[in-house]
Amino acid sequence: MIVLTENHLEFRFPEVHEDAECSISFQRTLRIPDDNRDYPLPPGLGRFALQHVDDFAPRLPETWKRHGGVFLPMYQAEAMWISFTADYPMAVMVAAGKINALTGEAWTNALEAEPQNYMVIPDQPWLDGFAIGPGMVRQFVAMPLGAGYSAEEQLTGEAQHGGLQIAVCPMKARVYRSLFEEEIEEERVIYSAPDDLVVASAPRKEMGLAPGGIMRQKIYEDEYGIRTWDMSAQSRCFVHILNSTQYWAVTHSRPPSPPPSAHDYSNAGLPWFEYYDSDLQALEGAEKLSGLDSIAVKNLKQGKGVLDDNDSAQPEKIVKLHGNQVREGDF
Amino acid sequence: MYYVEHNTFGSYVRTVRERLRTRDRTYSLRQVAFRIGVEPAYLSKIERSQVAPPSEATVRKLALELGEDEDLLLAMAGKVSSDLREIILKRPQLFAKLLRQLRDAPDDAILTLVREVRDGDW
Repeated sequence: MIVLTENHLEFRFPEVHEDAECSISFQRTLRIPDDNRDYPLPPGLGRFALQHVDDFAPRLPETWKRHGGVFLPMYQAEAMWISFTADYPMAVMVAAGKINALTGEAWTNALEAEPQNYMVIPDQPWLDGFAIGPGMVRQFVAMPLGAGYSAEEQLTGEAQHGGLQIAVCPMKARVYRSLFEEEIEEERVIYSAPDDLVVASAPRKEMGLAPGGIMRQKIYEDEYGIRTWDMSAQSRCFVHILNSTQYWAVTHSRPPSPPPSAHDYSNAGLPWFEYYDSDLQALEGAEKLSGLDSIAVKNLKQGKGVLDDNDSAQPEKIVKLHGNQVREGDF
Repeated sequence: MYYVEHNTFGSYVRTVRERLRTRDRTYSLRQVAFRIGVEPAYLSKIERSQVAPPSEATVRKLALELGEDEDLLLAMAGKVSSDLREIILKRPQLFAKLLRQLRDAPDDAILTLVREVRDGDW
């Protein structure tokens, strides 16, 4: 079961094990410069507000009602990262526009080992973007669906899904008991509009995630093996992204103000982060994803000139993190 | 799941703090009082149940300091968290009826009422 608690998605599998719980949230952050340099991890600037789609169904697209799940507001060109918290090991798949963020392949409900299409938490505390190479991701950045920027549109030529898709499988209880409990005892371009969006001049509500700037982040290899995970107990959630300019009209709540630019943040002397876990192997990243145009490149190709607020930043204060340390910035 | 059986707020706080102090000396009465922003004499009186439990804000600070659940500690102090109060006051009749009906329901029956995020067709 999945419940929504204080802007966290809480995945619980009481039928597998009483401790089989994990929490996933979506963090607001800086958009790192899209300038082909690699950056450390940007800070968390608070969680995005999450709402049940069913609570605002009359004002949301028909397709969202069919998908179910939740939605959150993002500004155009705003960035996010995903935070995972668990004590009980889980396998988590993340897709943007039904494109797997680790492999670049189309969404499937099944975990796959070659190439590994999931992350293992709590080993993997965060995911900031599309895995483009060993230890490198391109940041998740929201762009209007249908404008051609999203990974989904670049790879499929269609703007059908948008948003994020998440599926979680817990570790099999038998494996968990043998590994942990016994130890304790011993001690979008071609766009087909949904029915309610057929008026061409209406502002677009849906956003997709496009590849932004590059940052240093490892996606860790599964050290337990694919047979560890209880796929019969999978839970999944569609996380829609609503353009913040539409958030008031849909929810009658104000969206938060846009985050600062990376340049301003760095100039204020505020911290960036690096995560280090020497015991775990990193995945290679996906060629399909590394071949995507970043937003800045797409802007140039579409004749829209250079991307706004894209000045290079000079992160000087870099905090090294490991384990369950908190990655948040004060701004 | 923990249950609140008696008005044991003060002694419970003292027991937890003393247990922490056996491993970490910074959990002395004086240092904990300093960290939660009260006088040591006042915390001492709280622990010996010589005064009423402190404000909601102080109970929350104590819970954070001692690594305890805020709702549990507030309940022991005979208080209802302000966010819960706000939820009830928005629809008082509905929630009063709901809570009375659930008074003796087992935990698993209550947990089935938790609202799930709906997964649809995608």
